Amino acid sequence: MKFTLSWLKQYLNTQAPSKATTEDIIAKLTALGLEVDGIENKAEIYAPFKVAKVKSAEKHPDADRLRVCQVETEDGMIQVVCGAPNARAGMTAIFAPVGSYIPGLDVTLEKGKIRGQESCGMLVSEREMCISDEHNGIIDLDDKHEIGTPITQIFEGLDEVVIEIGLTPDRADCAGILGIARDLAAGGCGQFTLPERPAIDEKFDCAVKVHTDTPETCPHFIGRQIRGVKNGESPAWLKAQLEAIGLRPISALVDITNYFTIGMDRPLHVYDVNRLQGDIRVKLAQGGESFDALNDKSYTLKGGETVITDDSGVLGLGGVVGGTSTGVEADTTDVFLECAYFDPTSTAVTGRAHQIISDARYRFERGVDPDFLPHATDLATQMILDICGGEASTVVEAGKPIAWQRQYDFDPARTLKLTGVDIPEQEQLYILGSLGFEIDGKSAPYSVQPPSWRGDILGTADLVEEVIRIYGYDNIEATPVKREGDLTDNALSSTHFLRYHAGRTLAARGLQECITWSFMAHDLAKEFTDGDINPALRLSNPLSAELSTMRPSILPNLIQAAARNADRGYGNAALFETGPVFRGVNPKDQDLIAAGIRHGIMGNKHWSSAEASRKVDIYDVKADALAAIQAVNPSLNPQLSTDAPAWYHPGRSGVYRLGKNVLAAFGEIHPSVLEEIDIIAPVVGFEVFLDNIPQAKKSATLKSLKVSPFQPVTRDFAFLADQEVTADDIVMSAKKGGGAMTDSVTIFDIYQGKGVPDGKKSVAVSIRFIPQDKTLTDKDIENISQSVVDAVSKKTGAVLRA
Amino acid sequence: MNAAELKAELTKKIEAANDLGQLDEVRVSALGKKGAITELMKGLGKMSPEDRKTEGAALNVMKDDIAAKLEDRQKTLKKAAMDEKLKSETLDITLEPRPARKGTIHPLTQTMDEMIAIFADMGFSIHDGPDIEDDFHNFTALNFPPKHPAREMQDTFFLPDAEGQDGDAAKRVLRTHTSTCQIRAMMELGAPLRKIVMGRVYRAEAMDTTHSAMFHQIEGMMIDTNTNMGHLKGIMKTFCEKFFGVEDLPVRFRPSFFPFTEPSAEVDIGCSKTRDAIKIGGGNDWLEIGGCGMVHPNVLKNVGIDPEKYQGFAFGMGLERMTMLKYGITDVRSFYDGDTRWNEYYGHDPINKPNLATGV
Repeated sequence: MKFTLSWLKQYLNTQAPSKATTEDIIAKLTALGLEVDGIENKAEIYAPFKVAKVKSAEKHPDADRLRVCQVETEDGMIQVVCGAPNARAGMTAIFAPVGSYIPGLDVTLEKGKIRGQESCGMLVSEREMCISDEHNGIIDLDDKHEIGTPITQIFEGLDEVVIEIGLTPDRADCAGILGIARDLAAGGCGQFTLPERPAIDEKFDCAVKVHTDTPETCPHFIGRQIRGVKNGESPAWLKAQLEAIGLRPISALVDITNYFTIGMDRPLHVYDVNRLQGDIRVKLAQGGESFDALNDKSYTLKGGETVITDDSGVLGLGGVVGGTSTGVEADTTDVFLECAYFDPTSTAVTGRAHQIISDARYRFERGVDPDFLPHATDLATQMILDICGGEASTVVEAGKPIAWQRQYDFDPARTLKLTGVDIPEQEQLYILGSLGFEIDGKSAPYSVQPPSWRGDILGTADLVEEVIRIYGYDNIEATPVKREGDLTDNALSSTHFLRYHAGRTLAARGLQECITWSFMAHDLAKEFTDGDINPALRLSNPLSAELSTMRPSILPNLIQAAARNADRGYGNAALFETGPVFRGVNPKDQDLIAAGIRHGIMGNKHWSSAEASRKVDIYDVKADALAAIQAVNPSLNPQLSTDAPAWYHPGRSGVYRLGKNVLAAFGEIHPSVLEEIDIIAPVVGFEVFLDNIPQAKKSATLKSLKVSPFQPVTRDFAFLADQEVTADDIVMSAKKGGGAMTDSVTIFDIYQGKGVPDGKKSVAVSIRFIPQDKTLTDKDIENISQSVVDAVSKKTGAVLRA
Repeated sequence: MNAAELKAELTKKIEAANDLGQLDEVRVSALGKKGAITELMKGLGKMSPEDRKTEGAALNVMKDDIAAKLEDRQKTLKKAAMDEKLKSETLDITLEPRPARKGTIHPLTQTMDEMIAIFADMGFSIHDGPDIEDDFHNFTALNFPPKHPAREMQDTFFLPDAEGQDGDAAKRVLRTHTSTCQIRAMMELGAPLRKIVMGRVYRAEAMDTTHSAMFHQIEGMMIDTNTNMGHLKGIMKTFCEKFFGVEDLPVRFRPSFFPFTEPSAEVDIGCSKTRDAIKIGGGNDWLEIGGCGMVHPNVLKNVGIDPEKYQGFAFGMGLERMTMLKYGITDVRSFYDGDTRWNEYYGHDPINKPNLATGV
């Protein structure tokens, strides 16, 4: 909402006693909740330009069309080279000194030479000053103006301050400058004046009849005919005001309606009576009707919109936009003025359905003053008569004002209770009164009726806000809040507990945490869904196809991020994210996942070892997944299975589970997925289903540690096993064979090739035994070793390598 | 050779020994089974008891003396040999050590953990809610009238209606604010209540350096019988001072509008702005950091809390904005890109777990 300071002052007297300065007003607007978004102070732009007298104007020695002028300014005589045909000795002009910014040229003047003659400033035209389009010559003033007179004292509107405020949706009343003035007056920035309702001399009966068939959406409609008008240009002051806030003057009649819209939050419409056919009737659209609107677009109605009609059909969308068929033109002489109340909700629905943004919609959908129609009609009539001439008819009316009157009990003690600020009762009542509230009663609780223009006041809490708003939020004292207990409690919810522990553990393992979109491309989402994707997860209004479906997995986002990094020349990303994925639209269908990927190689080549730059593999992500699980519950030792989802390599992936409960999947990402995302293999990834991890029981203490006093013994074994035998089979059976003394079983080499028959592999295992009751003899070790070999052979068919 | 001569000769030999082998030869020649001193000792047996006593004592002194000299010399030679060996073992200390891959915590996560630490100390705990919400929790319960323009303040992402449900409960949206969890917390837990909520929110709006279709909010609420706007201002001030590490931070409330609070305010903190940077703290400018207000009586009614008995506040802040202010990040879109250079630069060491006792 943009307005000029001079327009504001039409309704706000800032003379004594308030003596509010521009700075006071700007500060108060923000303090009142009318946040100032921008200030344009034209006076600052025009400050350098002042009256000067041209003492002489000689022809430039080297240019026929230029003159070398000696100009008397308040700073003395200055030489200016001027190309204007009207530059002449003795004229009174406007001088722009060196260093000033010329708004119409968008340049800052510098001292210079024009064809060898020094020029120290400029004599300016109206166009160069953005006063008009006049550029046939420089400004030629009456001789009465003295040297040094500021330009702002000669032309209107050049010392204007244009203020833009951000209006919250509740403050319908401040969608007009009148309402802003009323608020400022209550805030102590002057005296509010509502323009008086003029007495209109009604010369004839209005020939246009009005009806509203839709009292729900258009409860009240007032109008009046004015004939004999001349719809020429608006007076300069009106055009200047509209232009200052960015509205283009069109014609006097249209400008007057705009003036009421902006000035008094009172959208109006004027019809050319000679283009109307029959009565004006407000009704709900059937659907299928169409009309040409004043915004140069045509609309076909969907049905249910509030439309203004005559016998010819739809004339306009009530409260949203008028039509061209009955619009006023330059030759219009006989007009019908409409002043109506349109319901906020239906106006909003219509505006939204047809995507029409208009000054009228903006105001009607917030709610205009339902009690202001007759007053505004007369004010507008008088303004039309004053500017366009003509004579006014009687008023016609359809429907009646909505019942806006309502009362709320108000106990001033409530203000202290809610805000903590102790404001004297009389002051509270005074504040409400100054805002137009009517107060009834001798003592608390008072009965308070909000004014007709404050449809947003709907209860006691709103009254408290009005009081503290005007009294000043700065008076609210910051009061410390202390916890109730002595010590800080654990504050983490389940979700935050899981992401906190899993996330920090994964970061400690070398992965970088990312946060990526919750939505993704539908086709990509399909690749990461078992079966069909739930159609309920497709956004109805996505920003783009790439962000259209709620994600079933985090992995594609991370793989894409790795691909972007690789494209930038930074391959080998190791990324993770903890966040939601979606199976459906109900709360229980949202899962918390910790997912990660590792791309390419572990790091740069390094002198120390080829290991530094080895390719990432599934054993990296297998460890990542287990670390995340154990970060949540260190006591878990989940089982493995090989049934990972389809987006993993079928032979290079696995699942961590506890029985049926799947805790994580990991593996190489399926090559077809990598192809689709366009990233070079290898990419390995994991997804940990954090919600599925049983959380650790809060046991009191650990059992005390028992360490054996006897030396551990380590023995290595080399088994020749079939290709299909798994590491797990060998390790588990070795543990079983070694019995209670077996501390660890580690595979330290797997070999295939020369010396090993086809279809077989050599698996070297190191086993550490910890004796519990005595030092092991050679015989003991021999026995236990044999038992290990027997157990492994029995389980896997492997034999000890010779 | 008498004892004195022998001693002189052995001492000379010890001093002349240049390596441990030579020294050992000297030791054997003196103290070995057939060594000179050993031989002399053996001769004691043939002496008279008186002679044996005096000679024996003298021999023992000499033997100890030689043994001590041998040991001294051995230490010296060992050290020389060690020095010689170490000299040949020099490594280039300027070589890069073995790399250890270091991960990072996203700055937004760090912000969340910092906020948890601060609010937990003031008695708040976290409440969760889903990202896909229904119209009731996102709008209706929060006192947004049906079809009211206030619903358009927030550009909402819509999903198809849920099957098998009716009315508000069937309409699915991506939550436009974490205020949805106010409703969930109050309905689940009633009053009194102190909760914070942190999570993703969604707005269907064009993206630029400060706007994103997905971002994060923190929502806080405190309900009891006498919590007022002064407490709200107090908590905002305390929080901001801790979070930004600034003492005596000016905090300003400006009247504003949210359907679910009344009175409502926007929160500004003092700062000074230069062309390239914003410094939180004193200064002549104000910086908006969030919205807040007293929970609207209609909202309390909607969740079954008696507004005559209970009252309290709610506040909300954008986590990205707070993170950008604290860490000097200038483009919100960079939060979601996963650029490894950005992660490395703005990311945090996972060991750095925010904690009030050790500093946030």
